[in-house]
Amino acid sequence: MPNNNSHKASINSDVFPICLRTSNLEDSSSLQTYLSVGGYEQIQRILKEKISPEKLIEEIKISGLRGRGGAGFPTGIKWSFIPNDSAGTKYIVCNSDEGEPGTFKDREIIKKNPHQLIEGMIIAAYIMGAQVGYNYIHGEIWEEYESFEKALAEAKKANFLGKSICGLGFDFELYAFHGYGAYICGEETALIESIEGKKGQPRFKPPFPATYGIYGRPTNVNNTETYATIPWIMQNGGGSFANIGVENSGGTKIFSVSGHVERPGNYEIPMGMPFKTLLELSGGVWKGRKLKAVIPGGPSTPVLPAAEIMKTTLDYDGLKNSGSSVGAGSLIVMDETTCMVSTLKRLSYFFYEESCGQCTPCREGTGWVYRVIKRIVDGKGKPEDIDLLLDVSKKISGRTICALGDAAAVPVLSFIKHFKDEFKYFIKNGKSMMDANS
Amino acid sequence: MIKIKIDGKALEVKPKTSIIEVADKVGIDIPRFCYHKKLSVAANCRMCLVEVKNFAKPLPACATQVMEGMEISTKSKFTKDTQKSVMEFLLINHPLDCPICDQGGECDLQDTAVAYGASKTRYTEEKRVVFDKNIGPLISTDLTRCIQCTRCVRFLKEVGGMAELGLIGRGEHAEISAYVDKSVESELSGNIIDLCPVGALTSKPFRYSARSWELARRSTIACHDSLGSNIEAHVKDNVVKRVIPKENESINECWISDRDRFSYEGLNHKDRINLPLKREKNQWKEIDWEEAYELIEKNITDIDIKKSNKIGIICSPQSTLEEGFLLKKIAKELNTSHIDYRLLEKSFSENNNWLGCKIDEIESHDAILVVGSNLKHDQPLLAHRFRRYANKKNNFSIITSYDDFYSTRCLEKVIVNPSAYINYLLMILKQVQLSTKYKINSEVIKNLLKTAKPSNEAKIIAKSLLSNKSKAIFLGQQILHLDDGDNIKLVAMHIAQAVGATFGLIPGYANSVGLNELNLNTDNISADKILSQSKEAYIMMNFDPFYDYHSPKKINSALKKAKFNLAISPYISDSFKEFDVVLPMTPFTETSGTFINMEKTIQSFSAVTPPAGQSRPGWKILRVLANFLQLEGFSYDSSEEVKTDAMIEMDKKNEFSLKDFKPSNIERGLEVLNVVRANDSDMIVRRAPSLHQNKNKDQSCCLINPTTMLEQGLIDGQKIKISSSEAEILINAKADDNVCLNAVLIYGKQDETFILGMHNKVKIKKA
Repeated sequence: MPNNNSHKASINSDVFPICLRTSNLEDSSSLQTYLSVGGYEQIQRILKEKISPEKLIEEIKISGLRGRGGAGFPTGIKWSFIPNDSAGTKYIVCNSDEGEPGTFKDREIIKKNPHQLIEGMIIAAYIMGAQVGYNYIHGEIWEEYESFEKALAEAKKANFLGKSICGLGFDFELYAFHGYGAYICGEETALIESIEGKKGQPRFKPPFPATYGIYGRPTNVNNTETYATIPWIMQNGGGSFANIGVENSGGTKIFSVSGHVERPGNYEIPMGMPFKTLLELSGGVWKGRKLKAVIPGGPSTPVLPAAEIMKTTLDYDGLKNSGSSVGAGSLIVMDETTCMVSTLKRLSYFFYEESCGQCTPCREGTGWVYRVIKRIVDGKGKPEDIDLLLDVSKKISGRTICALGDAAAVPVLSFIKHFKDEFKYFIKNGKSMMDANS
Repeated sequence: MIKIKIDGKALEVKPKTSIIEVADKVGIDIPRFCYHKKLSVAANCRMCLVEVKNFAKPLPACATQVMEGMEISTKSKFTKDTQKSVMEFLLINHPLDCPICDQGGECDLQDTAVAYGASKTRYTEEKRVVFDKNIGPLISTDLTRCIQCTRCVRFLKEVGGMAELGLIGRGEHAEISAYVDKSVESELSGNIIDLCPVGALTSKPFRYSARSWELARRSTIACHDSLGSNIEAHVKDNVVKRVIPKENESINECWISDRDRFSYEGLNHKDRINLPLKREKNQWKEIDWEEAYELIEKNITDIDIKKSNKIGIICSPQSTLEEGFLLKKIAKELNTSHIDYRLLEKSFSENNNWLGCKIDEIESHDAILVVGSNLKHDQPLLAHRFRRYANKKNNFSIITSYDDFYSTRCLEKVIVNPSAYINYLLMILKQVQLSTKYKINSEVIKNLLKTAKPSNEAKIIAKSLLSNKSKAIFLGQQILHLDDGDNIKLVAMHIAQAVGATFGLIPGYANSVGLNELNLNTDNISADKILSQSKEAYIMMNFDPFYDYHSPKKINSALKKAKFNLAISPYISDSFKEFDVVLPMTPFTETSGTFINMEKTIQSFSAVTPPAGQSRPGWKILRVLANFLQLEGFSYDSSEEVKTDAMIEMDKKNEFSLKDFKPSNIERGLEVLNVVRANDSDMIVRRAPSLHQNKNKDQSCCLINPTTMLEQGLIDGQKIKISSSEAEILINAKADDNVCLNAVLIYGKQDETFILGMHNKVKIKKA
């Protein structure tokens, strides 16, 4: 579980946390606290000076901000897709439906610094000409939802939301939407279906939400962290944000460190930080054990063995070159005692349970994969199972309506790629290699 | 037009078409399960994934629109491998129980598996089992076989008009389900049997009775409504085992209603008679044909036919053109013009009683107004075209007394008493007149218009009829059943003329239009009149006198007074007690004939099975009858010859004219709405057991608006006494806010209610 004090760990004193910038302050989630760090100044400045959306988008492009939900799509470019001139309602949606094992950053933003997210969404609404916004909060977190509702009430009362924000003539309504805990609703079109009151199932794309989103209207969906970053960029300029990180990976990123470390928790760090440093910040591998492997971005990103991850820097290019990806920054650390076969069984069970069941390869394939791995863990593996797992996973990948199929295939392919011997051992001996060593 | 290449073949295709549409058009086979040309695209089965150049991933052909320069390979190794992998996924949890599955031999999954499946499975884990659900007496579920294509879900929502099925649960737990404790009640539900690409939804009545390859497939025309759906009867050992739709895009598309599909069960009901019957000492006695004809001949020739109209002839509007023509000819020879087929009508003005346009032109109108219809029951399948139109164009208005358009987007939906229809139409006419300066000669109407004050609804409807290019006004069957039906017709026609709209009437039965075209009732003498003037003899053909004629009391007393009554009918029941002789005719499946449907399309059909027992096709019975009566000109050898003469007769039909508006004193107060449910419409469907097994509580109830109930001091579910001039019944009253105020809806043609008669004033009292 995340340690509440862990975000203190910004290593460099000139860089303070961006998304979590109020989190060290007392009563961090209150409007008062946010105002004390310059909150809501940016939206007022933008509205007063009537800065054009194009100019603001330019600033975001300079910042190098990329979508923090996992896909890493450049935010500035994405926002320019929304047809600015179309009449009628447009929507912006904040995707706080983090549900993948190991993800817990959005809830912290919502809980500790909700007003920055709200301001970010207002600025986004202004840029894209949206009148209505929703924050879709994962169904399994309730306190955060309540906390966000409280923040919304404060913001409404202070006229940062609603009709003519701060008397400056811009209208924007923002609602909190509490989901029911389905992982699939983190997929943006399933999320839209869910907001519409339907069963959360991804839509076939195209059309994309930018042209056909909520109720068929242009809709922009971004991750919580992405929106929450915007006010800081507006305050300090895209350049200073970009300078914090490395090339192609501007700014800071929250890594949710969990697993076998001494101090698990959320760490907002500059992009490009070596993994080694983050591991040190989080107190190193627990119980003095050795590092075995790391899933850097959440189970839908490939696992990396210790040797590889120790050489890697935590940014889009760094992780890509190592054969993985930033994902949502859900970094899961595994020590030397971890059985990779059992771990994969648990991850596969997750995707099997969370598949929406709409399209064939994912509905049928995730169950197949899970059952085969379970059989191996039960000691009934067959030598041909490894090839079968690889083949089935490849056949799920790239053939489904949404990316859940791809995500389900990733751990299978990467676990077997890096730890094939452990799988072979398990199949041959009917027990884990870890049990043999102990 | 854009240029694409599919399997190397260069094509020019319309933009916005999908790859699968293009492939289907040029005859390239792409396997599919979830895609259906008439349903929305779900893209969930993934079977139609194909390789498209410059795309790393295979694309679903059903959901991918063609783009300029697109190169599609449906036969490449990549495409085939992809499709095979999807096939493998589809089969891992499928029970592969084809030998005991009714779908075997006509199964998309089976066929596709032959082409794309492996001969041996790699899946050795436990298979998924899904518990079956009882969704009613028509559709049998084997949900373990389901591949979650959601065709049934989409059909019921998009075509049936009600989302009665859904895919509940996630992932592997996803399964098709109805609402808790509900069955599927759509009048079109049987179509999901055809749509299901596997054996998950099969026909319950047909279950295990034959294999598809044992069945002879014979085309015919459905006889239960005036749509004239094309159907295929599947026959084994001279018995119709099941009925499925035969595609005819301009009439029934690829659907049929449940009554067309399952009515075959009534064909060989125990009431069916195989030999002529004679009434002797209140008992039926079987006699041979010779004796029967001699008996008839003796009785008919006893009548002095020098005086005209001594004999009354009434036939069902389901009679074929040939039967109608022969009856008309016999009537002429017997010196009577008292012949009619209008069994439920009260409005008898001469009329063009057809749709006024082609069925597939309905949806091309820019605005539509329907007045007085229970479309869902009168024309279950046609109703779907109106729903589709309404949901697409949002320019559909309806004035009726029972709201069966609940999930349809209507511009205006006016739910009022039938007695108020005329006022609404006058208001619309007045509003229309304001801007068209349309001239009306009738002084009566002019005076009525002076006092009419258009309501908001009338203004909106008038506006939609005025501001659009092509528009249509359709009157439902209900109009013909009203005392002031003639007036309604007249005013509606004036509106149509003023705005230049198509004017049509939605006819009730399979050959209502044909018999009208044939000018069967040359002198326009109504069945009502024929029965109220005493006749020496009556000949009645192919209907149940008590259930199908609106006044059992009237018909009974007329029959009692007559000296000789002849019925020609496939079935016998207590309703036939007053008849002296009943000749066994065959139902529609055992005769050749011709129906003219609501759009005046002439559709001839042949028998799909030989006559059961010694029953004979209606046209043969009439021909031999004429011969026995020694009438001239009945030497026909085939129904085609009869048809040829009938067609000549049809050409003689005169133009119709409407009489002037006759102000009628309509009593206000509680009005009665007689609705004949789709499955009660005629002798055959009433005898099809499966269509009635699901008889829900509503059907043996009368329905009353809750507000009216309150005013009458009634409570929901209370037993009440309904009395008409003919009889008195006890029935439960159910609150239903789809019924207009101040009315009681009684389902007609039912065992519990037929005795009341239809369209009579009724009184209700607490029982």
